[in-house]
Amino acid sequence: MNPALDTKVQNQVRPDTTWESLLELAAKEVFEMMVQSDLESIPKTDENTAVGDTTAMVGLAGAICAVMSIRCTSKTAESIAGGMLGSVGEVNPSEVPDAIAEICNMVAGNFKGKITRLADNCMLSVPTVIRGDDYEMVAIADGEKIVVPLNYESHPIWFSLAIHS
Amino acid sequence: MKRPRILIVDDSSVMRKIIERSLRQAGVELGDIVEAGNGIEALAAVKDGTFDLILSDINMPAMDGLEFLRQLATVESAKGTPVVMVTTEGSESRVVEALTIGAKGYIRKPFTPDQIKERVTPLLEVLR
Repeated sequence: MNPALDTKVQNQVRPDTTWESLLELAAKEVFEMMVQSDLESIPKTDENTAVGDTTAMVGLAGAICAVMSIRCTSKTAESIAGGMLGSVGEVNPSEVPDAIAEICNMVAGNFKGKITRLADNCMLSVPTVIRGDDYEMVAIADGEKIVVPLNYESHPIWFSLAIHS
Repeated sequence: MKRPRILIVDDSSVMRKIIERSLRQAGVELGDIVEAGNGIEALAAVKDGTFDLILSDINMPAMDGLEFLRQLATVESAKGTPVVMVTTEGSESRVVEALTIGAKGYIRKPFTPDQIKERVTPLLEVLR
């Protein structure tokens, strides 16, 4: 086996049972500090699948190969942008994708910072935002997927981490 | 006290506005605020005028914050200008690299206005 690949495999970090609560904590901290709003936990049910016309994604590469994503409605995204900017009235539409991308970036960074073996061995990509009326996110990852739904001002947001095995 | 002229470097325009708002919330009396979307734009701004403080992201397209710091060291008029990194980067090694190249400190995103104040105020004391 290629020694470099061997080292890479040995350094791979596997998800454990704490990751879901760490992702929830990372998201809550970002919203508390940057949106001045508290996220509330939502009980997980089978019907509780991710929907919404706005998705922000950030890739993680290194000790883990994964995609962090946030999905919500455009109205929720607009409200988040308003909270970040401290706007009272309408938000400039061009700033909404920028805001939601930055939230995703901060949640990903905050999450990996909470896992010692990831913090120093994992890089984040530049975020990407998808907007549209009807699409399905299909992660070509054969590993675990951690999904944390949280309520922002009574509107659901789905925080997901899709991990390549 | 002279009102500080500050350069904010971040590829997110929303984040640049949040940093400016946080500085105001922290009670920093601001002079001119100049914004740049990456290291290349920031270098152009630095060559165009002097600043009392630079706040820069690390992960940016075109030229990242670490390369900006390296190139900033070669700009004579920017010598002595304090740079604080404002970043989501959780990697200690990249933060240490930034400090080694010449950054005076770092603020991790997400942040509170108090955290901004704690890092920035001592660096602006020289303007008193």
